[in-house]
Amino acid sequence: MSCFLCNSSLGKKLVMSVTGCCLVLFLLFHMAMNLVALISPEGYNVICSLLGANWYAVAATAGLGALVVLHFVYAFILTINNYRARGTQRYAVTANEPGVEWASKNMLVLGVIVILGLSLHLVHFWSKMMLVELMGQHQNALGLDPTNGAVLVAFTFSKWYNVALYLVWLAALWFHLNHGVWSMFQTVGWANDTWYPRLKCASKVVSTLVILGFAAVIIGFFVFSLCAGACPAAGVCGGGCCGH
Amino acid sequence: MNFKLKIWRQKDAKSAGAFETYEVKNISADTSFLEMLDILNNDLVHAGKEPVAFDHDCREGICGMCSLHIDGHAHGPSQAVTTCQMYMRKFKDGATITIEPWRSAAFPVIKDLVVNRGAYDEILQAGGFVSVRTNSVPDGNAIPIPKADADESMDAAACVGCGACAATCKNGSAMLFVAARVSSLAKLPQGRVEGARRAKAMVAKMDELGFGNCTNTGACQAECPKQISIAHIARLNREFLAAKLQD
Repeated sequence: MSCFLCNSSLGKKLVMSVTGCCLVLFLLFHMAMNLVALISPEGYNVICSLLGANWYAVAATAGLGALVVLHFVYAFILTINNYRARGTQRYAVTANEPGVEWASKNMLVLGVIVILGLSLHLVHFWSKMMLVELMGQHQNALGLDPTNGAVLVAFTFSKWYNVALYLVWLAALWFHLNHGVWSMFQTVGWANDTWYPRLKCASKVVSTLVILGFAAVIIGFFVFSLCAGACPAAGVCGGGCCGH
Repeated sequence: MNFKLKIWRQKDAKSAGAFETYEVKNISADTSFLEMLDILNNDLVHAGKEPVAFDHDCREGICGMCSLHIDGHAHGPSQAVTTCQMYMRKFKDGATITIEPWRSAAFPVIKDLVVNRGAYDEILQAGGFVSVRTNSVPDGNAIPIPKADADESMDAAACVGCGACAATCKNGSAMLFVAARVSSLAKLPQGRVEGARRAKAMVAKMDELGFGNCTNTGACQAECPKQISIAHIARLNREFLAAKLQD
């Protein structure tokens, strides 16, 4: 089995499909969790404390990290194989094939943007929350309580440049998921001509839901930061996290 | 009609190639693309020059011998036809047409526009057949086959093995070809028996020959002259994964 998942082209693609599926499910969970911050910062902090430096949260984070690494490493291996298979001599004239999505031909580039955004996200949040707790400290680099996620969210998205970077990241993620979601069904063989339109529609719905959910929190907190006293996190930060 | 042709010329597999430009004049709109190349070659021979080498055979769109990447499209800009079935009326009078051989590491150029597509034969030899005892021809109706299955099998069997799928794919993947062969037999009771062995053997050979990995762009389906659907790739994935899980 290990040989098949490492040596066969279809086995390697199965790894991409399964890891991709797990990551999409995680994104849906994360997006739903984030929306709580808009509705109830106190509720969001309760979730943050449940997902803090607890053994199950640390184990799940390590698992997620492994999934991302597997997905990324396999993507590079497959891309290198594909580059070699294409040969050194390329076509002088190329044209767009009808019905072929732009995202389907640029998944690696989109994936690299997603990984860069993820790195920024880890610096902004994970390193100032779970990592601080694991190191036994009670204040992060910003001088904030590492369990007070709502304040960190409000602080991060009060900066326009963070909002811009996160929106670019989400746009790349939308294109990546738009092709990736239906593609994972195709790779495991759960697709046919009847189901392609349905799967592609479901792909668009899932990717749009994920992105709109994340973007609502980002834009919401940025708007709150512009309106003094309107921030829902004011109750848990005392109004000081974004300068008001 | 008059055309300017930019054609890839390459002496042999080891030599470096380059584009050369030719002009063809007074071409009828009803001339097929390959007949237009015949006219060009006739002119070249009369001028004492080396004619352009290109693959062709039946010229009826059923043998899979013709190829050519024309103006960025495998088998040219017409949909669902092979190069031999494409006519010059598809192009504008006075147009410049760029003609290239298939570009894929597994299809090395032999000369000019001719490539070696023997890799597809090797994949077929690995498992694209049904093992039967030779004997008298069995009764055609001895094994009842549902019409829908027979239709799907025939849709896949329409693949002529021209190589357009791998030549078009940005990954140089031969999945559509392998899928069509596996699918056409998997949908029939006679082929079902060896389904697992066939899927594993053909995929292993495809990987061994250096074809790329399918990333589901659908470009192969769009350029296939026989309009083979990527649904057959889904079936190949199913067949292969099911076979591997049984190991």
